[in-house]
Amino acid sequence: MAGKTLYDKLWDAHLVKQREDGSALIYIDRQLLHEVTSPQAFEGLRISGRKPWRIDANLATPDHNVPTTERSSGVEGIKDPVSRIQVKTLDDNCDEFGITEFKMLDERQGIVHVVGPEQGATLPGMTVVCGDSHTSTHGAFGALAHGIGTSEVEHVLATQCLVQKKMKNMLVKVNGKAGKGISGKDIVLAIIGKLGTAGGTGYAVEFAGQAIRDLSMDGRMTVCNMAIEAGARVGMIAVDDTTIDYVQGRTFAPKGDNWTKAVSAWKELHSDVDAVFDNVIELDAADIKPQVTWGTSPEMVVSIDDSVPNPDDHSDPVMKEGINRALEYMGLKADAPITSIQLDRVFIGSCTNSRIEDLRIAAEVVKGRKVAETLKQALVVPGSGLIKRQAEEEGLDRIFTDAGLEWREAGCSMCLAMNADKLGQGEHCASTSNRNFEGRQGFGGRTHLVSPAMAAAAAIAGHFVDAREYLN
Amino acid sequence: MKKFTQVTGIVAPMDRANVDTDMIIPKQFLKSIKRTGFGKNLFDELRYMDEGQPDQDCSGRPLNKEFVLNQAQYAGSNVLLARQNFGCGSSREHAPWALDDYGFRCVIAPSFADIFYNNCFKNGILPVILNENTVDKLFSELFENEGYELTVDLENQCITTPGGESIPFEVDAFRKHCLVNGLDDIGVTLENTGSIKEFESKHKDTSPWLFGAIG
Repeated sequence: MAGKTLYDKLWDAHLVKQREDGSALIYIDRQLLHEVTSPQAFEGLRISGRKPWRIDANLATPDHNVPTTERSSGVEGIKDPVSRIQVKTLDDNCDEFGITEFKMLDERQGIVHVVGPEQGATLPGMTVVCGDSHTSTHGAFGALAHGIGTSEVEHVLATQCLVQKKMKNMLVKVNGKAGKGISGKDIVLAIIGKLGTAGGTGYAVEFAGQAIRDLSMDGRMTVCNMAIEAGARVGMIAVDDTTIDYVQGRTFAPKGDNWTKAVSAWKELHSDVDAVFDNVIELDAADIKPQVTWGTSPEMVVSIDDSVPNPDDHSDPVMKEGINRALEYMGLKADAPITSIQLDRVFIGSCTNSRIEDLRIAAEVVKGRKVAETLKQALVVPGSGLIKRQAEEEGLDRIFTDAGLEWREAGCSMCLAMNADKLGQGEHCASTSNRNFEGRQGFGGRTHLVSPAMAAAAAIAGHFVDAREYLN
Repeated sequence: MKKFTQVTGIVAPMDRANVDTDMIIPKQFLKSIKRTGFGKNLFDELRYMDEGQPDQDCSGRPLNKEFVLNQAQYAGSNVLLARQNFGCGSSREHAPWALDDYGFRCVIAPSFADIFYNNCFKNGILPVILNENTVDKLFSELFENEGYELTVDLENQCITTPGGESIPFEVDAFRKHCLVNGLDDIGVTLENTGSIKEFESKHKDTSPWLFGAIG
């Protein structure tokens, strides 16, 4: 019999009951909650008179709606009344049901996918769910993690289980060493460019290969975060010393004897050498250059030295129409060099790229330089209050503000325009977030997805430029 | 949950690939703490010429006359015919809530994004996957025939065209069972309380560090 993939192992270890029709009940170890996709779930519990199955499996923090500017007056200080009610509702629900929440004024508050790993609330071997598609982030720890809808949030609260059908296995191998200045973001954008936005649909994707192994946990989280942009609900990476070193000592990580036992169990969290995957995709890391999306889907991505695609180069009518529509929305001309795209705003942040390493590289790029005068705004938004403090201890905040970038409080910020940070109509933004859909960052806004180094370099130049020219 | 056995109705065309959930229901409407009332903002950025706000009265907003849902022949449609990878992106269940609130009971496409597909079943909406050629054919028939209707029969797993053609489709037995009977998923799962507790107890023995850390 063939060996097991990492996904097979995680699935088997959480299988409560297999049904004859192929669906199964899977046990969930950790549920992360935020204000947008949980209110209706809590309301459902109340209506049916149900209680959470296991309170200690849940951790909540508000992130999508919170303002990232001065906020010492807390929830009451949120100007938008609809946002304020939503954040307040999360607070009330967590208080009512006894769920641990890092509230707005708690230093541990932040983007849910940054906070979970930072606290050791995400551990190798866990099943992790959250009502947010970027839950795939936590797969970087050798965990089985994916986004769910609100009905499923309620289902997990009430039963500690999910009804699932086993996905297929895909291996994405990035062979060889990535070049200097190439980040996890460039790697994952290149993968999405190759796989397409639906290439991973129905699959649990394991990322492997030297270029993946070489990444820090921050870089690995960036890669897994965007698995969903290739259609894969689950992205994951095998456990190794990098994983274990990251987890050790974190607040909710096991201690003492439990740590020793856990580490020995975690060492098994990799695909067996004879495991069989349903699909294998390979990339050569040496071919990956800094990536920039030009269109309205993450698969619409090219290298910094490329040009905007020409619809006439494609014969498939659906593809052609897609390119035409994207060019029109983005206000771009076919064959224009990527470096000619002028920017209005720059956003460094989001669950994809707001961790300390992301901030360090962005600071390295802008250090001693000034933001282009043509730019309306350049924002740096740390992923959590703790990252904010760490960055300030390292002096990164000063580097940013000296260069003319704004230094903000933790939250989702401009990634999705559910708070005050958003794009105006027609504005181009170099963004380290994960989605460039129409209107994602604001009505009529035009998003270009890039790495933190590329966003920082774009802030200085006012247009896209190869960030490697700015790095030592 | 609302039952789905058989639905007959006018079909509206959404003739573009990769329709994402941001497009189905833009982010500003996600601030609601309710499950209802999203229908008027379904496809908001395509449907209206201005930027919509939560709790806004949409009756006076400028309409994009070119958008299908604003065209008289598709009024009252309850089946949406779509292209590949429908519902990609964000996991927001507000997308099926908006489709449902508008009146759609069924979405037909060559493929769906996983989370959206799953969310539909939780809300009494049937997502039907048909092969690309069949979807192409349905689009052509729809564009050629005003008032084009389809009958979607979940119990017999087939779609009937006005010409009398019967197109079979696949659906998971468990999902079908829940949808046909309008079952509450949580209630069904809680019938397995014994198995869940038994698993949990073993899980706690082998991985004690997964318990009690938070709270």
